[in-house]
Amino acid sequence: MSKSVVIVGASMGGLRTAEALRNAGFTDNIAVIGDESHAPYNRPPLSKEVLAKEVTHEAVAFKQRQQTADVVWKFGSPVVDANLDAKTVTTDDGETFSYDGLVIASGLRPRRLDVPNGNVTGRHTVRSLDDAIGLRAALVPGARVVVAGAGFIGCEVAATARGLGCEVTAVAIDEYPMVRPLGPTFAADLQARHETHGVQFRLRRGIADLEGDGALTGVLLDDGELLPADVLVEAISSHCNTEWLNNTNLDLSNGVLADRALRAVTVDGNSVDGVHVVGDLARFANPLFDDVARRIEHWNIPTETGKRVGPVLNAYLSGEGYDELVAQPFTPMPSFWSDQYDLKIQGFGMPALADEIAIIEGSIGGELVMGYYRGGKLVGVVGIGLTSTLMKLRKELMGDA
Amino acid sequence: MLKIYVDMEKCQHYGQCVFEAPDIFKLNDDDKLEYVATADDSRRTDIESAIDVCPMQAIVLQD
Repeated sequence: MSKSVVIVGASMGGLRTAEALRNAGFTDNIAVIGDESHAPYNRPPLSKEVLAKEVTHEAVAFKQRQQTADVVWKFGSPVVDANLDAKTVTTDDGETFSYDGLVIASGLRPRRLDVPNGNVTGRHTVRSLDDAIGLRAALVPGARVVVAGAGFIGCEVAATARGLGCEVTAVAIDEYPMVRPLGPTFAADLQARHETHGVQFRLRRGIADLEGDGALTGVLLDDGELLPADVLVEAISSHCNTEWLNNTNLDLSNGVLADRALRAVTVDGNSVDGVHVVGDLARFANPLFDDVARRIEHWNIPTETGKRVGPVLNAYLSGEGYDELVAQPFTPMPSFWSDQYDLKIQGFGMPALADEIAIIEGSIGGELVMGYYRGGKLVGVVGIGLTSTLMKLRKELMGDA
Repeated sequence: MLKIYVDMEKCQHYGQCVFEAPDIFKLNDDDKLEYVATADDSRRTDIESAIDVCPMQAIVLQD
């Protein structure tokens, strides 16, 4: 009898999982259900070059491959419920889909500021294509832009907005921009580079309220300073889109807990065969580092997890070679990139785990490679330029130097 | 025969493709990307992997 896989989430993780299922030999039904109205597209350009030009779906869409031509796509339809016993999911328009295999790929949504006077226009996020289209229209020369959050995405938006001639102030509770992954030395260097380009920072500060009656006119900080503003970009972390799983017994304490085969794990610690997690939501242990399960919000993870799930789920549904595939270790290398002005920042591993940070090559203010160590062992590298050095260190992180 | 095209306007020479298909893609001594424009059909899987890992999505396989 023909089997059905339902993939909840029609972004990169859902797409790569569908392709991996086909590449593994699964020829039966695949349905991908997404809440956005667009076919899968690449998100990183939304805060960078696409935001600097005209934002279109065509500019960022992933090319459809031959092997997934018969996949059924359902866009603009959030899944609102799941029943793991009946093996069904239900969308907000009341349609129910039965599955033999389920892939949880519903990802994240931006966290929004919770302020008393929040009901003003001019508030933006940069998670989706529609977000970017809205933000692009607001980033006109001379616009006063406040970026809430100084992580990678906030800093990318700040750099892009400066390039478009906006006045930009970034507000963050941290001591430096991007300090949590990078550490203070590197982060202070990047702050100085942003300041050279005219970005102002308000650090160790929170946002208390917004000013404006209808349209945003200002952002009030928690120390009483009022920043005049036309545009507010909220880049202050994310929420996991797991509410549709609330009626299941899966461990949803942070994303969805998953085992090494990326099978979802219940609150009792049992792996559920035929139910897998990919992308930003997957909280799994990576033996390259330790046995602590973590979510990794890096661009390469949806693809890595999708490629892991495809063959395992196919083996489960076909009954051939499942145990062997499940037993294989899963050791994806977290990889990230960030373009800010003419800076190409590239990193591998988990620098946030470090207890010691040292410059491996180059120097502050120029091209450099920073090494991140835990207990004397390299756990992450981040650099500006110096690609060949970074690539050698990536091999060391993989354990095959 | 597969035809490979890299949009050098998009390419930022991050070198991720090199890990997936080192016989097709390489970084030269100046850390700039160089690639072979044609490959045997048997190389499709690795080239698709290279496409998947490119942060700039600059690689195109022309079937």
